[in-house]
Amino acid sequence: MGQEARILKVLQRVSKKDIVPAADESLFASGLLDSFALTDFVAGLEEEFGVSIPDSDLSARKFDTLRKVDSYISAKSA
Amino acid sequence: MAYIRAFGSYLPARRVDNHELAPLVGATPEWVLSVSGIEERRYAAEDDTVASLGLAAAQDCLANAGIEAGQLGMLLVSSGSAARFAPGPASQIAAALGLTSTPALDIPVASAGSLIALALANDLAPRFGPVLVIGAEIMSRRIERAPEGRDTAILFGDGAGAALVDPNSGFARIADSLLATDGTAAEILKIERDRIFMDGRSVILQAYRKMPRAVTDLLARNALTPADVGVFLLHQANLNLIERVAAGLKVPLDRFFVNIARYGNTSSASLLIAAAEWHGSLAAPLAAPIVFSAFGAGLHWGALLALPA
Repeated sequence: MGQEARILKVLQRVSKKDIVPAADESLFASGLLDSFALTDFVAGLEEEFGVSIPDSDLSARKFDTLRKVDSYISAKSA
Repeated sequence: MAYIRAFGSYLPARRVDNHELAPLVGATPEWVLSVSGIEERRYAAEDDTVASLGLAAAQDCLANAGIEAGQLGMLLVSSGSAARFAPGPASQIAAALGLTSTPALDIPVASAGSLIALALANDLAPRFGPVLVIGAEIMSRRIERAPEGRDTAILFGDGAGAALVDPNSGFARIADSLLATDGTAAEILKIERDRIFMDGRSVILQAYRKMPRAVTDLLARNALTPADVGVFLLHQANLNLIERVAAGLKVPLDRFFVNIARYGNTSSASLLIAAAEWHGSLAAPLAAPIVFSAFGAGLHWGALLALPA
């Protein structure tokens, strides 16, 4: 499974929705995430990709579209 | 080392429920309740000030402790919403209590200010004598009751809480505290030009990480775990956040004293208002550790551990 698919899997698990958002679609405006689901999404990303997301990166803007999350995980995994 | 001897509180009489507030901010009462856990909040009267609310909580605390203001060694007053920056409300409250030479210091920190004051009082009480800690806020003057201010307007209310930290006696001994500040994220929650600004999603992300970690670190260095704690008294920011913190600590929610439904988020006052209500409802002497924790603008956060005396 590719990285994008794994991110989507985490997103759909925490949102409990099967929606597939466009790469640049806001995950908040689309109703997939709210403030509290975002905490689960970030924790799920850490678990799925075996990365540690530091407090300094805990900004909602870094995680509000699939493309941003994909870029972030790529940078963390490099 | 010092003791918590008593708490006090004051809530303004005016109740603003979700049915009154929601239409002003373009929301429904049900939505406000679902995203915050808040059913109503109190608003100060027009002639109230942060100092007048703080004074009322101070008097309630002194009455509960059974001491006179003249016996105090120091006042510490936290507020992020005082109308005047300098001098802040501390000196006004001291003067209203009839104190003209007792040190009275402001801690201009919203949200976590009263936790910081409690931690400082523990160190200061042995030198100065009994320290009256007050958290007082009029947040209703820092919000915008309009659709553009919806995310903060639904949360905040007014009130004041107080605690007496005594060097010699009390029902709980302050055993340890942990305070932290991270100014790199200061812009996500701030009061500027009389208005509060909050990037709520980022605040929740930060709080959900930092509060449980502060609590577990504090407990671990005292050879305790969250399961050993009798009651968690948290800054009443949002019911959903408190539920998440409870889940993160793997502690049932009924170990957390929660009164946000009735008062909303009263910023730095909320911790002491909750503590006063919790202490007033105690049916038996304290038998298990208390953990206080708060998080907010700064970012400032931390936790404080008190043990049965």
